[in-house]
Amino acid sequence: MIDTPITIWASFGEFFVNRYLISGLVLGCIYALGAIGITLTFGILRFANFAHGEVMMLAAYLTFSVMVLFGMTGTQMDLPRLAVAALPLVAAIPAVLLTTGVMLGVDRYFYKPLRTRPTIVVVMASFGMMLMIRALVPIIWGPNQQSFVPGISRAQDYFGGAIKLHDKQVLILIGTVLIVAGFSYFLRYTRTGKAMRAVSDSPELARVTGIDVERVITATWIIGAFCAVAAGVFLAMNTQQLEVTMGFRMLLPMFAAAILGGIGRPVGAIVGGLIIGLAEELIAYPWMEVVGQVFWWLGNAAASPALASWGEAVFEANLGQPLISPGYKAGVAFAIMVFMLIVRPAGLFKGKVF
Amino acid sequence: MDLVLGWSLYLNSLLIMGGIYALLALGLNVQWGFTGLFNAGIAGFAAVGAYTYAILTTFASDAHLGGWELPIWLGMVAAMVASGLVSLLIGAICIRLRADYLAIATIGIAEIIKLILKNEGKITNGPQGIQAIPRGWEHVAQAEVHGRAPWSWLLGPDGWQGLFDSLPNWWFQPIFMATVLAAVALVYVLLERARLSPWGRVMTAIRENEAAARAAGKNVTRLRLEAFVVGGVIIGLAGAFFAQQIRFLEPTNAFDPTKLTFLVWVMLIAGGSGNNRGAILGGMLVWALWSASEIVIRAGSEAVGGLFPDISVAELATKASFLRMFLIGLMLQVILQRFPSGILPEQRPARAKT
Repeated sequence: MIDTPITIWASFGEFFVNRYLISGLVLGCIYALGAIGITLTFGILRFANFAHGEVMMLAAYLTFSVMVLFGMTGTQMDLPRLAVAALPLVAAIPAVLLTTGVMLGVDRYFYKPLRTRPTIVVVMASFGMMLMIRALVPIIWGPNQQSFVPGISRAQDYFGGAIKLHDKQVLILIGTVLIVAGFSYFLRYTRTGKAMRAVSDSPELARVTGIDVERVITATWIIGAFCAVAAGVFLAMNTQQLEVTMGFRMLLPMFAAAILGGIGRPVGAIVGGLIIGLAEELIAYPWMEVVGQVFWWLGNAAASPALASWGEAVFEANLGQPLISPGYKAGVAFAIMVFMLIVRPAGLFKGKVF
Repeated sequence: MDLVLGWSLYLNSLLIMGGIYALLALGLNVQWGFTGLFNAGIAGFAAVGAYTYAILTTFASDAHLGGWELPIWLGMVAAMVASGLVSLLIGAICIRLRADYLAIATIGIAEIIKLILKNEGKITNGPQGIQAIPRGWEHVAQAEVHGRAPWSWLLGPDGWQGLFDSLPNWWFQPIFMATVLAAVALVYVLLERARLSPWGRVMTAIRENEAAARAAGKNVTRLRLEAFVVGGVIIGLAGAFFAQQIRFLEPTNAFDPTKLTFLVWVMLIAGGSGNNRGAILGGMLVWALWSASEIVIRAGSEAVGGLFPDISVAELATKASFLRMFLIGLMLQVILQRFPSGILPEQRPARAKT
């Protein structure tokens, strides 16, 4: 059945915003946090770090272990609902220290010895690191999928029931905003942050002006690790599961986000991440249904029964049909990335092109 | 006697798979060793070759597209063409950019190919895969095949039937092995000629100093694209042999990137990047190590499981195989840092005598 514009909007808004827009935004936040780490290493250390997705995965597993160790997994705890949902974020604090240690150790023993060689050799080392982390995690935690947070999450009403949000979604959205705000402040106003931007713009010039490049590299890894932990834990909270392949599946969308925004541009990584996340969710929306409705409405308004019946036919034919099968979700990021590489390799925010 | 036969057949299959990996390493050598193009999606290109071969040569089936029973050689040529075309497409998009971008894009295309193989069930039969792929020589034993030209010119149906009845059931194994190794030898000879020719020397020039090659008037973009496509064609050929050896294709496990992409990289780097003989040696040697460690893992986990009944043998074996993956990654790191030129270092063509 076809409704009037007002009821169209009511059903569209309810369905569209709660089913597609919000989950796209949440996914976009996760991509954005991951892409910050990738764009920083690409901009400052000048190499594409393929192990970044695996570090996210490792961070989620480490957080899980902290939760198990301190008995934070249960719903039996006598805490408010939102606080129970936030437990992984508490457990993530020690995981940040561990992950930072791992990243600095990896840099010290695997990337630093190759720094005088062509950068592509470091890319290869990160490729090997990806394999090593992906092998190590199933040795320690086992190869099977595990549940990160038990129970079924229920959406809560906000704004008088107009918007429905899961607790985990609220935490991910607010958490990302806080992290991005803190990170922007750091880059803009602190000494180390300014030094990082200087090295990203021109390493030689930065060195000549007396900036300690090694210190900047350490800072890059620490921030990259922090964002990777946030992204990994948010991802595990969102899917409620731990999987060995979860990091690798993030890799392509995160690189796409970094390239879309412009390499070396943290703002670009955030915008790029949000665009990719939204695009991945929104392609599965039955857009042709909307097109049919609009034409039906236009046909009625213009008193053209042919147009109206055509619109109705389109609507009926595409009822509930996703525009593109959700099986091709991962292809969206790739398509956007390839499009950017052809049309504008510097990205939206004029990043670097190597 | 049975023991000798068993080990001989094991050695035979070792040589077949070793030969297929040697072909993959040779293909990567043209891309990376000669020209410095980072292909991180070998599994995807091999999958294109394997599926093209399978669709063209299998018997008619309702489960997937094709089943055209084309001759084996035609299927293999088509596999090479298909993989070359995909290489051309992806190369044309990002060959101008630095190797990092090509690495990201090839990882992406490998994932997209996997998605297409999974989702386009009408063409590929999705996750159920394609079965009963004809293997070179073994297929002659089928009445439909030896009843057809050119086989029917040699013997009548009864003659063929009598011949196959008198042969042991593994008769085709040594012939197939010889075919694979002959293909390796042929590709090796062609690539050696290419390496010593002006074409090969320009490739080295591009790898070592792109600006200088460009200044000397070489069309660098076009030449890099040529090298990428030639490598893709060889990888497609390896994919066709791979399909014949495993005889059953499905998108996920058969084309696991850790076993195809990563392992081939380790093979080329260990054997000696830029050296065709090194690529073959690396392929054979690393495959022998990988395959032999399977026996050690199985025997070792059973021994440990026998000593400690509490430990699950299956779980131990799974973890041990992940440990093997970890060690392969570590091996790559050690080679990159300590022995960057591999077992057989690259040999530059002799300087012209004055």
